Amino acid sequence: MIVSLEVFFFLILALGAITGAVLFLFFSKVVHALLSSVLTFVSLAGFYIMLSAEFIAGAQILIYSGAITILLLFAVMLTKKDDVSKGIKKGWPILVTVTTFTFAGLIYYGISDWIGKKNENPIFIDNTKEIGTALFTKFIIPFELVSMLLLVALIGSILLAKRNIES
Amino acid sequence: MEIPLSAYLTLALILFCIGIIGVLIKKNIILILVSIELMLNAANLNFIAFSKYGFIPGVEGQIFTLFSMTIAALEVAVGIAILISLYRKLGTVNLRDLTNLKEE
Repeated sequence: MIVSLEVFFFLILALGAITGAVLFLFFSKVVHALLSSVLTFVSLAGFYIMLSAEFIAGAQILIYSGAITILLLFAVMLTKKDDVSKGIKKGWPILVTVTTFTFAGLIYYGISDWIGKKNENPIFIDNTKEIGTALFTKFIIPFELVSMLLLVALIGSILLAKRNIES
Repeated sequence: MEIPLSAYLTLALILFCIGIIGVLIKKNIILILVSIELMLNAANLNFIAFSKYGFIPGVEGQIFTLFSMTIAALEVAVGIAILISLYRKLGTVNLRDLTNLKEE
């Protein structure tokens, strides 16, 4: 069966993304589950390149598989998982899976036949330049607000995780 | 042959549903945070697919994806700070052990 190269890459990347997500659910050790989620993040970066968003693909690899995974691995290192603990109720995983499949089926019925427009917009030739232009002219206020938010979150997380000396 | 928009939307739907199942089933708080990241990634894929193939193609979808990634990273940082202080107080990262507000 001959498929075009675009479809072939879509199928490979989709296989990687869904494999990473499903293995994340089924691994029992925390570190293995984290590393399989990294496979999902990197496959999604491949998807962003297919969708002509190269800057977002680079940011995805830097932020998700770089910073967030390392942060979560540090959290795993600093905490200890206990094996003897209160379990979950008897039929809870089955109920959750059935409900989520129902939700997915309903949404799929709504989105399954969207074709979308063929894109003739030349803004995707210089992706980083277009993002920079839009970010500093049209989206300047959210940009400054996000920088304030970064400052607030930085101070907040340091304060929350600080060890109290006097107690 | 071109890939239709609904293929990207369906893939994002599958990842989102796996994220929902992860949030509701996992016992470790760290894995719940990773499931939330998975859901945010699925929404980002939707944004970028609509930025290229949607009804008004433009760069706004990618700009919003940048903001979404920033907020996701911040949320993980603050979540882990809360987790560390919780671990110091209670000694466990199992979600089912946090029963202080439960009535007997």
